[in-house]
Amino acid sequence: MKSIKEKHAFLMRWTHWVNFPVLAIMIWSGLFIYWANDAYGISIFGYSIIKFFPEWFYDYFHIPQRLAEGMAFHFLFMWFFFINGLIYIIYTIFSGAWRELIPQKNSFKEAWLVLLHDLHIRKTIPPQKKYNAAQRIAYTAIILMGFGSVVTGLAIYKPVQFYWICWLCGGYHFARIIHFTLTVGYVLFFLIHIVQVILAGWNNFRSVISGFEVIETTPKIEETSSDKNPDQGDGKRA
Amino acid sequence: MENEHKKKVKVPLTIEQKIKRRNFISFGTFFALGGGAVASWKWLLNAPEETAGITAGTRAPLRRALNKTELFFRNFFSNNHLVKTYPIEKAAKTVRVNSLIGIEEDENFDIQKWKLIIDLGNGKTLKIGLQEIKTLPKTEIVYDFKCVEGWDQIQHWAGVKLSDFLLHYKLHEQSNKQYMGLETPNEAYYVGLEMESALHPQTLLAYEMNGVELSNDHGAPLRLIIPVKYGIKNLKRIGKMSFSNSRPKDYWAEQGYDYYSGL
Repeated sequence: MKSIKEKHAFLMRWTHWVNFPVLAIMIWSGLFIYWANDAYGISIFGYSIIKFFPEWFYDYFHIPQRLAEGMAFHFLFMWFFFINGLIYIIYTIFSGAWRELIPQKNSFKEAWLVLLHDLHIRKTIPPQKKYNAAQRIAYTAIILMGFGSVVTGLAIYKPVQFYWICWLCGGYHFARIIHFTLTVGYVLFFLIHIVQVILAGWNNFRSVISGFEVIETTPKIEETSSDKNPDQGDGKRA
Repeated sequence: MENEHKKKVKVPLTIEQKIKRRNFISFGTFFALGGGAVASWKWLLNAPEETAGITAGTRAPLRRALNKTELFFRNFFSNNHLVKTYPIEKAAKTVRVNSLIGIEEDENFDIQKWKLIIDLGNGKTLKIGLQEIKTLPKTEIVYDFKCVEGWDQIQHWAGVKLSDFLLHYKLHEQSNKQYMGLETPNEAYYVGLEMESALHPQTLLAYEMNGVELSNDHGAPLRLIIPVKYGIKNLKRIGKMSFSNSRPKDYWAEQGYDYYSGL
């Protein structure tokens, strides 16, 4: 027998799907800005490990000089990114949804068990509510990262007028590095998120559009065992 | 089993219907809004370029957004907000030269004959030589110069505060205008500044870098140093200064950049 279980509130779904294209545009236009002076890389003991971006990348994609265009897009869509994020945070605080989101005392320990489970090393998973421990950490972190992008963005955008924000971010130069690093973080988050969403399956994915999950409950009288997981405890959520 | 529960079959069906209905509505809305978003994005990407004037080179809606955003952030501008300054030892010895527009193609320029031309706006001009400017109080600044391309460098400049300069030459009436325009002697490079930024206490007419006279590449004999703006507004080798209540022409604003470019 099927039943409907409410999962995601309208505002959560709305802000999630608005954020997706807006963040994509912010990263795209941000790259036009970055490519005007591509100074960042990772080096250890003076040996360059990664250079953002390697020469072949430019040669292959014919990266054009589009700094002015990138800035124009970036400084328009920053408004949508900020307002959408603000709506989400206000909703989360006032609805009490934050209780299911922020990590708890044992979340960091449990997140490890979730990771082992997801890597098929461990069979069981700690009991969970809406989000498992790893999700609590990841989804809280991504909100903090968004906040960090707005703050470091402001520090770079108006370093003189918001000199105190710039100071808080460790100065103009460092704020710019944080801003860039956060973007790398979004890309990594996105890759893992997509894999997890695919693994979690249709029911989970639908809940972020329709708001509910469909739960199969087998009547207790019946002895026939079903392969289908009876409850929400399979933990494969993204 | 089927027969036993025949009467109850209706109950799961209603849930089935509910699921279908809610799926239909939510996915319908999702794809409709998604389609709307794609259409809006295409509209923006294909939006016509603004009519070329004082600003040019960017899509018309994006230019409107840049101008509106400028108005919002100008609310935060204050003469009390100063750029961070550094001790002189921190200043770069090799100062980056990024562009020589207005300088490189001006081979006939004679620094000995140079005078700063001030367009007083009433058909009259004022011409001021470098020695005269040097008699005004000297101000030094060591700060992080920021290029619109993304690099920044701590640099050491010295000259006269633009606000002191305007006061000394009694350009009160001109200073009450909303904008100041500057251009190189060959008129190849030009910038427009809102007066509040021009009058900012850290805005200099600089004639020295790292304690010595400016080199040609850094804008000899006199250049603008305006820490509340990106490098593109820090015009090298000032030829003429003018005042107006509408935006003066600006080299990079004609190439799609934000007119304000304020920091």
